[in-house]
Amino acid sequence: MKIDIKTREYTTVSEVSGPLMIVEGVEGVAYNEIVEIETPSGDSRRGQVLEVRGDLAVVQVFEGTSDLNTSTTKVRFTGGTAKLGVAPDMLGRVFNGTGQPIDGGPEIIPDKELDISGNPMNPSAREFPAEFIETGISTIDGMNTLVRGQKLPIFTGSGLPHNELAAQIARQAKVIGEETEFAVVFAAMGITHEEANYFMKDFERTGALERVTVFMNLADDPAIERIITPKMALTTAEYFAFELNMHVLVILTDLTNYCEALREISAARDEVPGRRGYPGYMYTDLATMYERAGRIIGKEGSITQMPILVMPQDDITHPIPDLTGYITEGQIVLSRDLNRKGIYPPVDVLPSLSRLMSGGIGEGQTREDHSGVSDQLYSAYAEGRDLRDLMAVVGEEALTERDRKFLNFADEFEKRFITQTGDEDRSIEETLNLGWELLSILPEVELKRVRAEHIPKYHPAYK
Amino acid sequence: MITGNIIKIAGPVIVGDGMKGTQMYEMVKVGNDNLIGEIIELEGDTATIQVYEETAGMKPGEPIESTGGPLSVELGPGIIGSIFDGIQRPLEKIKFLTGDYLQRGVSVPSLDKEKKWTFNPILTTGTEVMGGDIVGEVQETSAILQKIMIPPNVNGKLISIAPKGQYTVEEEVAEVETVNGIIKIPMMQKWPVRVGRPYKEKLDPDIPLVTGQRAQDTFFPVAKGGTSAMPGPFGSGKTVTQQQLAKWADADIIVYVGCGERGNEMTEVLKEFPELEDPKSGKPLMDRTVLIANTSNMPVAAREACVYTGITIAEYFRDMGYDVALMADSTSRWAEAMREISGRLEEMPGEEGYPAYLASRLAQFYERAGRITTVGTEDKTSSVTVVGAVSPPGGDLSEPVTQNTLRISKVFWALDSSLADKRHFPAIDWLQSYSLYVDSVEDWWNSHTGADWRETRDEAMALLQKESELQEIVQLVGPDALPDRERITLETTRMIREDFLQQNAYHEVDTYCPPIKQYQMLKTIMAYHVNAEAALDRGAASADIISIPVKDDIGRMKYLPESEFDVKVKEIQEAIVKQCSEV
Repeated sequence: MKIDIKTREYTTVSEVSGPLMIVEGVEGVAYNEIVEIETPSGDSRRGQVLEVRGDLAVVQVFEGTSDLNTSTTKVRFTGGTAKLGVAPDMLGRVFNGTGQPIDGGPEIIPDKELDISGNPMNPSAREFPAEFIETGISTIDGMNTLVRGQKLPIFTGSGLPHNELAAQIARQAKVIGEETEFAVVFAAMGITHEEANYFMKDFERTGALERVTVFMNLADDPAIERIITPKMALTTAEYFAFELNMHVLVILTDLTNYCEALREISAARDEVPGRRGYPGYMYTDLATMYERAGRIIGKEGSITQMPILVMPQDDITHPIPDLTGYITEGQIVLSRDLNRKGIYPPVDVLPSLSRLMSGGIGEGQTREDHSGVSDQLYSAYAEGRDLRDLMAVVGEEALTERDRKFLNFADEFEKRFITQTGDEDRSIEETLNLGWELLSILPEVELKRVRAEHIPKYHPAYK
Repeated sequence: MITGNIIKIAGPVIVGDGMKGTQMYEMVKVGNDNLIGEIIELEGDTATIQVYEETAGMKPGEPIESTGGPLSVELGPGIIGSIFDGIQRPLEKIKFLTGDYLQRGVSVPSLDKEKKWTFNPILTTGTEVMGGDIVGEVQETSAILQKIMIPPNVNGKLISIAPKGQYTVEEEVAEVETVNGIIKIPMMQKWPVRVGRPYKEKLDPDIPLVTGQRAQDTFFPVAKGGTSAMPGPFGSGKTVTQQQLAKWADADIIVYVGCGERGNEMTEVLKEFPELEDPKSGKPLMDRTVLIANTSNMPVAAREACVYTGITIAEYFRDMGYDVALMADSTSRWAEAMREISGRLEEMPGEEGYPAYLASRLAQFYERAGRITTVGTEDKTSSVTVVGAVSPPGGDLSEPVTQNTLRISKVFWALDSSLADKRHFPAIDWLQSYSLYVDSVEDWWNSHTGADWRETRDEAMALLQKESELQEIVQLVGPDALPDRERITLETTRMIREDFLQQNAYHEVDTYCPPIKQYQMLKTIMAYHVNAEAALDRGAASADIISIPVKDDIGRMKYLPESEFDVKVKEIQEAIVKQCSEV
């Protein structure tokens, strides 16, 4: 039975099922407490208390429950919630999904021990994010502008070049007029070795590795570990941003794997499922991660989040992208159709959105005509796309002269504005000028979204 | 006081024993950290409690203390301009105590108990008073004169009243002699959030809540004291639309409840509102606004409570005689919080895992809206308008929260993602949306704008309906195949859509459109339609009518500032007649 009350070690595991383990006869166990488990063969694993009921504790085991038994498995309750030791020299290092270094380097000597769940930021302590980040990608800078402290996910499908796009953004992201580069915290959840290698090589190739911290839970690592990987990453990011005054870009990939792990635990606990078997609290759970992005009044640093999320069957109404979209400040949506046409980056601007755009653009940030140009490009491209469908039915001849111009605009927009190469870093000036050039395909009376006084100033016809 | 012990902890729900004698919905202090919770189930000696703060680290055996009363809010000077969490703790004060991140177990009074307010007595001693009577006033902000009221259910004779001077909210300002003895009245009242404050009578809402938003005001108006639901998928502009209403609606007080939404949205309100001016009073918008923020990462049980906190505050100002508008963004998050708690209680789920009492809870909440006569000796008419955003999963309006909300609310603003994709904002789908208040607010509009307001609106609406039919034909045969008259119709409806319904929230003029301007703009567009049809009858070609130059001016009409609008719109209307007659 009980071995030692002081260290609170028990061998009273009564049930093991899926990722969960039930320990009986425990005393003084706290909700969410971290436990250390010694398997019958002497390996050590970690877990967390999900529920305490009298003298019974339900524990989720991060590294999987294979070869645990109900007779000799030892469970030690540590008395604390999950913590991560953080230090400035975590930059340039690679850790596994539970925060252990795996790059052969020395152990981290912690400067601080932080609770990985973090605490919610006080809404009145937040600074409203409004600093333009130039990513060098026209569809993002021009039409879905990213700002410092924003959470902007990439919604994508399997087989689309989301990794290339994320790596390009990590490489090119900068704030105009500032020298400081972003520190990148990269958390991989259940992605393949190949994908992970792609990012690692890209960081190495561009010499970015020294300003990157990597947490890696790969496809063959235990699924439940994924639950804590992003929390480790975000705790590190918070430390960098708000204690070391850095601007941090957090890339989380792939959120779908994270949610699957969440569902697995929920199912093992016999919880009442929400949509498609995902737990009812998934919104809250995702929010506690995404909301860790932001800025704080009076603090130098910032956390900008870019989660990557592979939509099952490209379905944007699937619970994972759906709940994410309700929490994040917009989304960048990649399109299979554009990808098939050979367009890179295949950003479908119509369903894409940046909610914090209006604060980060305009005079003093980008250019006075930015919001007008963006709105005009949107509505013109949307109209062009509608007309494409119409043309498929009635033929091009049945369209009016005006309609044909919109069709032409939509084609040119895809060819010249959306399309750019993987290392093309367009300045915001170039992006906006390109926008005007394309808009000049349309009759001037159609340009209602731009301010009248900007037309003579920027329209190519007046140059 | 009853003290029990924790026996089970699962997320925000804990179970305690030794709780016999406590009541349903009684507030309790849980654990060594004294976290605030509320009893939601009693069974024999055990009580199930939802805890409003993070429960990590809590252990069985820790104490639970009853407080003897239900979850209540403090009502008095100091509410306006503040930002509170879901159980009315002031977030600014918490920031001073715990820094940039919220920590649990913080105990801060909702209202500042130290601050002195200037109290102005109104009644004199000896007056017979009843609950709701105003004994004095406090100028709370530049825009709001807070009325100090006798609490509901107190009747008797005023035996003393404090002279004009500085008092804290707890200091007594009046005494009332009732049949049950003398009651001391401070400026602050307490009221349980789950109980609606009393009123004398509900009235028909027949005055529109003017929001300065053309799509809502002209086509789908909400009345003062009415209810409106606004469902839409993510990215369809729910939040911007809510914020536009909070900015420009002609209510005296705005209560903005951020329920399970983004932290930065609250920050945006905190940043923008102090800088914006109320078009009616010219005072900063923040001086009439109360914010309740329970963002998505804050504890889920407090999210369940936050809408009740918000509506109780709204009712309190209503009782003073003010028109109050409450924006709840989003009621779906509130329903999900109910679902999460219900799941942890292992209740039998109804549709999509929501508890079976979802519909009745939603109905109870929306029913607290209304235009009423207040309690008290003197009848005051005032209102609480509720606008609830709904976030249907996947934009699917058949889901339980949307459907149950539509059964109660009288206005439906359907936000549509395909309109949002085209940057048609506000993305209110004009064919799906409806308002049951059009008839009741008709008189107001006819007398405040023009006698033919209703007629003009209905004609425009009919044209939009006609357009959707024509579009189906166009999809099949192309626009060229349409007869001239139909082409003119399509041109007019394009104007209604682009030049009237679309409104730019970020444009300094267009963000707010006064009623008379809305009326004149729509009149102008309809005048184009009539004149164009007349020209067609005279034998002019539709292509020529469609390309008359005045159309440009019609398109830029919305950007005309109020000061020039009257003159310019006359010119445009004259130009329409002239140019149509010349083609």
